[in-house]
Amino acid sequence: MLQFSFWDILSNLLIATQWTIVLSLIAFVCGGVVGLILLFMRVSGVTPLEWFTKGYIEFFQGTPLLMQLFLFFFGIALFGVEVSPWMAATLALTFWTSAFLTEIWRGCVDSIPKGQWEASSSLALTYIEQMRYVILPQASRIAVAPTVGFSVQVVKGTALASIIGFVELTKAGTMLNNATFRPFLVYSLVALIYFCLCYPLSWGAKKLEGRLNVAR
Amino acid sequence: MSLVSIRDVRKSFGELEVLKGVSLEVAKGDVVAIIGRSGSGKSTLLRCINGLETYQAGSILADGIEVGGLHANLRELRRHVGMVFQQFNLFPHLTVAENVMLAQTVVNKTPKKEARDTAAEVLAKVGLSEKMDAWPSQLSGGQQQRVAIARSLAMRPKVLLCDEITSALDPELVNEVLRVVEQLAKEGMTLILVTHEMRFARDVGTNLVFMHHGKVHETGAPKEVFAAPKTPELQQFVAGTGH
Amino acid sequence: MTYKLQFAELLPYWDVLLQGLIFTIILTLVSTAAGIAVGTAGASLRTFGPKWAGAIVTTYVELIRNTPFIVQLFFIFFGLPAAGVMLSETTAAFLAMTINLGAYSTEIIRAGIQAVPKGHVDAGVSLAMTKWEVLRHIILNQAFRKIYPALSSQIIIVMLGSAVVSQISAQDLTYAANFVASRNFRNFEVYLLAALAYLLLAMLTRSLLRGLGRVIFKAK
Ligand SMILES: Nc1ncnc2c1ncn2[C@@H]1O[C@H](COP(=O)(O)OP(=O)(O)OP(=O)(O)O)[C@@H](O)[C@H]1O
Ligand SMILES: [Mg+2]
Repeated sequence: MLQFSFWDILSNLLIATQWTIVLSLIAFVCGGVVGLILLFMRVSGVTPLEWFTKGYIEFFQGTPLLMQLFLFFFGIALFGVEVSPWMAATLALTFWTSAFLTEIWRGCVDSIPKGQWEASSSLALTYIEQMRYVILPQASRIAVAPTVGFSVQVVKGTALASIIGFVELTKAGTMLNNATFRPFLVYSLVALIYFCLCYPLSWGAKKLEGRLNVAR
Repeated sequence: MSLVSIRDVRKSFGELEVLKGVSLEVAKGDVVAIIGRSGSGKSTLLRCINGLETYQAGSILADGIEVGGLHANLRELRRHVGMVFQQFNLFPHLTVAENVMLAQTVVNKTPKKEARDTAAEVLAKVGLSEKMDAWPSQLSGGQQQRVAIARSLAMRPKVLLCDEITSALDPELVNEVLRVVEQLAKEGMTLILVTHEMRFARDVGTNLVFMHHGKVHETGAPKEVFAAPKTPELQQFVAGTGH
Repeated sequence: MTYKLQFAELLPYWDVLLQGLIFTIILTLVSTAAGIAVGTAGASLRTFGPKWAGAIVTTYVELIRNTPFIVQLFFIFFGLPAAGVMLSETTAAFLAMTINLGAYSTEIIRAGIQAVPKGHVDAGVSLAMTKWEVLRHIILNQAFRKIYPALSSQIIIVMLGSAVVSQISAQDLTYAANFVASRNFRNFEVYLLAALAYLLLAMLTRSLLRGLGRVIFKAK
């Protein structure tokens, strides 16, 4: 049997951490783009669009992320498409992230006074222009802190991709544990690495929130 | 021909009928002062004119454009019908100049430079040339309201709607705003104002409209109407306001 | 799509799935109660306890909030035995969920406590109440009223997160779904059904908690 030193374990975990970071970034960026599109639909005042987004958000916030991963993994296969864990994880995490971001951002948009909508309406701006030039610039200031805060959930969410076989930090931990039989050490290190990824984001979110409260 | 033509407009919020068949003709250069008790439907009528509210029956034509209906060209309409609000509603993330330039550049696609020249011109008109690059939060209420007026003027509207634009102001700031409106009236701007300033309505208005229970209850030349109100409701209203 | 969904093939397994669902409900109920107890103690300790105790609570909260639940679960189930603590799947699942909710509710309840005006505490003291009476009747009472919605959301998040306990073979709804899928290979159908069951459970929990909140905090 292979012998693993502490440094072997750590370096293997760190290599896998790269994939945790990549998956987090993709989920966050793609989720943000989809979330922004959904946000435009959610606050459009067009009833069918609003109902659709509400249902979408209800589903992705009301079911376990793990189930969503399974559904994408096995669901895409039904179309006869070869599914990789990577593809299923990216899709599931993107949709899941978008649902949460849409809801967070909707709260921010709702906190903008109604008069801003009316004034920009009366100046002949279209809905898209109102959002682009009047509402979003104001809402985004409030949105920064909770959005950064949610990025922590995204990083942690990527850990579930291990269950459908995507090799990132958690999966690497499981594999190393099976090879070394040193679960206490391996999972301590895995936890520590996640902490190093997430804590700065949590801290940043808190600081941003504090700054905003002082500014008011 | 009328610039704004309102015919038998009815509007309900759920069960509550707020406008019960309002008709009104506004010609170019008219200064229409709308008065009436709280809840009589003044704001609602004004908001219907530029499509901020929809109405259920009747018709509103502004500058030849039909306001109601599914395919109303609200964008075209609002380019010609400006509105000033009680709460100013300046955009807090934009400077004074940017507030005034926004609709010009976004809606009319006016080049930045030209838009800024227009902004300078209309801000001078409201007496705020030196505040071009200030932020709304740095201005007094009266100054903010004057910027809001300038913001509408920059679109060169054919008619300007003003909904109690001095009601949110401290008493000492009311006059600076009223003077601006009076100046606009003198220059021939068509104005429809909801106001509680009775003296202003009498001195500056060319038409007075008294709204009561969702209808135009009495109308006429301001000086005559104030001197001799015909209906008991207006008599009571005028007596109540101390004029 | 040529594939035909075959929900009928799930029927023979209805009892397995129901058992899983019941396990998930019990798991959520028990760890919610225990987690809120931990959170109340943690928040009180952090606000009113000695400095060192506050530091320990803060470390606990930050460690849990900044690591994935699945890693916490694996650490407890696989890691602790190496340190001499053996736990059954079920116990490990309960423990992990409690610890997880405990950390989040500590943070939530602490925010609630901080929102209680200082004057109310003084008023309580001036009425000759003891420290414990002030904590229970004045501070915590008001704090919970304030943070009840946030706590409710967190309970639902933890309930949904519990799907992960299937990975240590605790026999919850997801475990049952995995089991059925391994028998009849109707993966998509099983997981869709399970997902809808979770969705229903989440919606039900939300309205139950809302109703409960109205009963508990009916004054005012
Ligand atoms: N969005 C709305 N939804 C429901 N009811 C409304 C709405 N807006 C106005 N109303 C009701 O319509 C009636 C007329 O309101 P409106 O604002 O037009 O009155 P007003 O004459 O402008 O009064 P004020 O002098 O107080 O401004 C009031 O009874 C008001 O409560
Ligand atoms: Mg009004």
